Amino acid sequence: MIIGKIENGLVLDHIKAGQGMKLYGILGLDKLDCQVALIKNADSKKYGKKDIIKIDKLIDIDLNAIGFVDPHITVNEIKGGQLVKRTHIEKPERIEGFVKCKNPRCITTVEQELPHRFVLTDREKGIYRCIYCESKLEY
Amino acid sequence: MRHLIEIMDLSVDEIDEIIEVANDIIADPEKYREKCKGMKLATLFFEPSTRTRLSFEAAMYELGGNVLGFSEAQSSSAAKGESVSDTIRTVGAYADIIAMRHPKEGAPVVASYKSDVPIINAGDGGHNRPTQTLTDLLTISREKGRLDNMTVGLCGDLKFGRTVHSLITAMSRYKNVKFILISPEELCIPEYLKDEVLHRNNLEYLETKDLEAAMPELDILYMTRVQKERFFNEQDYMRLKDSYILTLDKLDNAKADLSILHPLPRVNEISVTIDEDPRAKYFQQVRNGKYIRMALILKLLAAAGVQS
Repeated sequence: MIIGKIENGLVLDHIKAGQGMKLYGILGLDKLDCQVALIKNADSKKYGKKDIIKIDKLIDIDLNAIGFVDPHITVNEIKGGQLVKRTHIEKPERIEGFVKCKNPRCITTVEQELPHRFVLTDREKGIYRCIYCESKLEY
Repeated sequence: MRHLIEIMDLSVDEIDEIIEVANDIIADPEKYREKCKGMKLATLFFEPSTRTRLSFEAAMYELGGNVLGFSEAQSSSAAKGESVSDTIRTVGAYADIIAMRHPKEGAPVVASYKSDVPIINAGDGGHNRPTQTLTDLLTISREKGRLDNMTVGLCGDLKFGRTVHSLITAMSRYKNVKFILISPEELCIPEYLKDEVLHRNNLEYLETKDLEAAMPELDILYMTRVQKERFFNEQDYMRLKDSYILTLDKLDNAKADLSILHPLPRVNEISVTIDEDPRAKYFQQVRNGKYIRMALILKLLAAAGVQS
């Protein structure tokens, strides 16, 4: 399968196989009007299999959201067909805006305007907890 | 602005300081009779909890202050759909300090963001109960003369019993405290608490189903109620509710200076025949609840600069 090079845009590489669609949803890529390619199960020397997302436009992207899904992802910025910047991601300390607390007893269930915010409480296990009710974020 | 949302908001030194003030209040209540003269505590109880509310109100009255508030959401603007933030800002214009109870977890965190006066979390759903934990710590400290070097048994509902989680977390900061966790398998302590408190702090603990076997080792026995509302079906509740009932004969092998605590209310998990035993400290614990709240109110008002 061949997907062409992009001139100006972003390549999200080294996405853990199977996580590409989740990232696509979290980043809201379905709302873009440019070409977007999601490649599943591509061969990877490092991981065996990986997912890749190519976005045919330079857009502002939420690096925290990417780090939350998988901190091993690299973000490659392409300009004029050339790689101009490679960003390695880390798990963010705080996340907000793209996931919601699912605890039915949380205050966010009755106060709709409250931002859903989470803090990283266990970096090793990647556990995030709601800043209000401290429930573990399930996604 | 200092608030008390969860017990870990207070350092060990601050807890020691609050306990010291509570002990001083118990020793000489007269000295504190007018400490809060002219000040007002608002008790905002979005869900009813009579004993907690009365404890806060008694504490403020004994400091010479006044109390205003509501005891259920129906009699507040929350019933009209007002947000917690707006209610708190409004009440903050009338009161010097607020004790709030809310059915939703995390509501006091939201309140603290917008409040110009100290917020005390008097309970948020099944989440935090920091003033109960302070009460427990004062009781243990008074009975044992220390908060370190002891074996603490916690018995009953260790899965949903938030006071248990909070007490373990608070006592994890003191040296050489061993926990014996006594519960049926279905109600054992949650994994996250083991990972994030017990294992992370290298604490010694033992899980057992056998209350009597654990008894001889205990310095403190903290009993809890198996709450019906925590179960998804009635069969499970009926099967487990009587599992861990403390009766006099079970105390045969207990230490002479064991202290039996319970956050109350009890149903039948401690036999009334134990009430007169010198080791039963749960009604003393209730009294301590008022004194520690007095000390806490004084500390937060002092931190807010309205009381010296």
